Order: sequence, then structure tokens, then C-alpha cells
Amino acid sequence: MSRPEGTQAPELFYDEKEAKKYDSSSRMRVIQTEITERAIEMLALPAGRPSYILDVGCGSGLSGEVLEEAGHYWTGIDISKSMLDVANERDCENGDLIHHDMGLGLPFRPGSFDGVISISAIQWLCYSESSDQDPKLRLNRFFSSLYAVLKRDARAVLQFYPENPEQAVLVMQCASRVGFAGGMVVDYPNSTKAKKYYLCLSFERSYQVPTALGVEEGVATTARAPKMARKDKAALNAAKRKEWIVNKKERRRQQGKETRHDSKYTGRKRSAKF
Amino acid sequence: MRLITHNMLKSNIKGVVSGYPLQIESDKVEVEECPFDVEATNAMLSRINFSALKAAANALNITSISDLEELPDQDCRDETLLRTLHHILFEVHVIEGYLICPETGRKFPIHDGIPNMLLHEDEV
Repeated sequence: MSRPEGTQAPELFYDEKEAKKYDSSSRMRVIQTEITERAIEMLALPAGRPSYILDVGCGSGLSGEVLEEAGHYWTGIDISKSMLDVANERDCENGDLIHHDMGLGLPFRPGSFDGVISISAIQWLCYSESSDQDPKLRLNRFFSSLYAVLKRDARAVLQFYPENPEQAVLVMQCASRVGFAGGMVVDYPNSTKAKKYYLCLSFERSYQVPTALGVEEGVATTARAPKMARKDKAALNAAKRKEWIVNKKERRRQQGKETRHDSKYTGRKRSAKF
Repeated sequence: MRLITHNMLKSNIKGVVSGYPLQIESDKVEVEECPFDVEATNAMLSRINFSALKAAANALNITSISDLEELPDQDCRDETLLRTLHHILFEVHVIEGYLICPETGRKFPIHDGIPNMLLHEDEV
């Protein structure tokens, strides 16, 4: 199955028909709900009070619904009008929708949000339709505006589907270049289907990303031959050298060339002045 | 679009210094009930820019906070005041209208409650 990102721009791919199909798919609902719940968990928001969250690439509001159920207020942005129309019809009390392209930067004032999540969206930044939409430029605009709109004690958790390791690295580099700390958490790294990438970002230099799911404890690493101690290695090299010298001298004698006799001084290290 | 969201939105047209706050022009506003909670409202108050909220309320002909000088503290217990603020922030929805950039005058349309903040090619 080809990736949607490879076929068209998102606002064209998610037209009315596709938007309805996406939203009504029970499989999509289950997966997106699970991913959103995991992202909210990784945000580690303060308990006991509602937070104000930005949902980047909110689509048809599946993730927004999960945010509401967790008791938070949210605002979602998406580039596809059809997806937003479907989200509008949802019974969402705490969420607002905005029609915008995340690659143009997030249009909010500094320090607006307690947290940002993005579910299965930011990989779209890595594909460009025209020359004025260079992926690096879009990624840069997105991450630098993300840096600005988050409150200083807030975090961002961005789940996405990198097409290949190069894309994952590109996204991470853009994030760290604007000043974020954090890293990639890969849940279920050994399963093709269940594997999920979450880019977890924070302002704290000492931030530790959450532990990944589906990674077994105490997995043995491949055994390696113990490295030789340096002293032994030096001795071995010296012996090799003398043996070679002795053999070379023997060869020369057999060739009839004039050769110095062998003694205890043969192949011994001279001092620097020689 | 609720006024809480409007309070966060700014124009990010190229060359604009702050682009905040956006002015509102609207001919269709609806009120939708939203459950009120003292703690939740208090939690949101700390992030509100009051002058922007007042300007927005005025633009929509809402007079209930025009006499209010400043936002209450985080541990405010005046329930009437909190309910008024909650109503303005969460229950008033701008359905049709425009958001206007204060520096360039560009109008971002609001349709069906969703503001369209997409930029034209020359604004990026």
C-alpha cells in the first residue's frame, strides 16, 4: 500500500470522500485513540486540572475527542477543510478548529499552550509539491514557531510515520536546531505493524524521554571477544617484528647478499639518535 | 471560534511585528452551553490577555465585562464574575465574520466557526 504522502498534498488527498472514510473507519478510530492516549501520557501534564493543548494536524477530530475525555481544552489546526468540516460536526465542547498550514508556522502568541500533541501528521512536512515549499524550510518554520508558542514548562509529543531513517533524522535535527531538548521514543520497535515513533520535546536540558513500550528488559547483547591489553599487544608486535627481521636476513643470505650476523641486538629498539 | 482561541491567535504574515491582537468583525455569533467549573476557569485565567479579551467582547457587543478593570487572581472565589468570564471565553462562538490583522489590515475569513488563517504566497 503506498503512503498517502507520496500521492498528493494533504489538502487534496483528504477531500470530502476521504475525510468521511477516514473518520468512519473503526480501525482508524481505535489506532488514533490509542496513539493519542499514549501521547497524552507522555506529555506528563500536571494532574488534577485541565490544560490547554494544541493539536497539530487534528484532522477529523479523533484525537481532539480523546483530549476532551481527558478533561483538557484544546485547539486544533489542519490544512484540509474537508477533515475540519467532519470535526466540526462532532460533539466537541472544549475544542476549537483552525484552518491553517503548519508549514507556514503556528499563528499563536508566545507561551499560549501547556502542551502540544500531533498524531500522524508531521511527516507531511517532509514532502513538497512545489519549489517554494522546501521541506527543510517548512520543518524549520514549524519547529521555530512551536518553540515560541509553548509555555516554558510545557512539552510537545509528536507522533509521526517517517518513511525512512533519513526522514526521522531530518525531523529530529530540525527540532534540536531550534533549541529543543528531547528525542525519539520508538514503541514496539520489533513489530512492523505496531511500531510507532514519538518525537518528545522539552525546554529542559535535563529532560529524559519516556521509556518505550514493547522493549524487553535484560535483552542480551551479542558477545564480543575481549579486547587485548595494551601491554600484551606491544609485546606481540615486538616479537612479530624480530621474527620478520630474522627471516628477512635469512632470505638475504640465501640470495648471497652481505648480511650482518644475528645477535642479541637483532631487531632491538634503538634510541632516538640512531 | 471561541474567544479563548481568539485570545491566542495572531497574524504571522511576513514582516508583521506582533500581529496581535486580531480585530473581530462578525455578523453571526452563537451561544453554546459549556459546563462551568471554578477550578477550570481559574486555571485558564492566567494565560488570558485581558485587553485583547475586552476589545473582542466590545467588538461583539458584549458589555458584561466593559467595567472590569483587570482579571481576578488565580484563587478568585467570586462565582458570578467567574461565570461571566467563563461565558465570554467558552460559550460565545463566532460563526461567520473576519479576523483582521492589526498591522496589515488583511482579513482572515471565519466560516462555520472555523477561521481560515492560510497565507497567500506573498505573505509567507
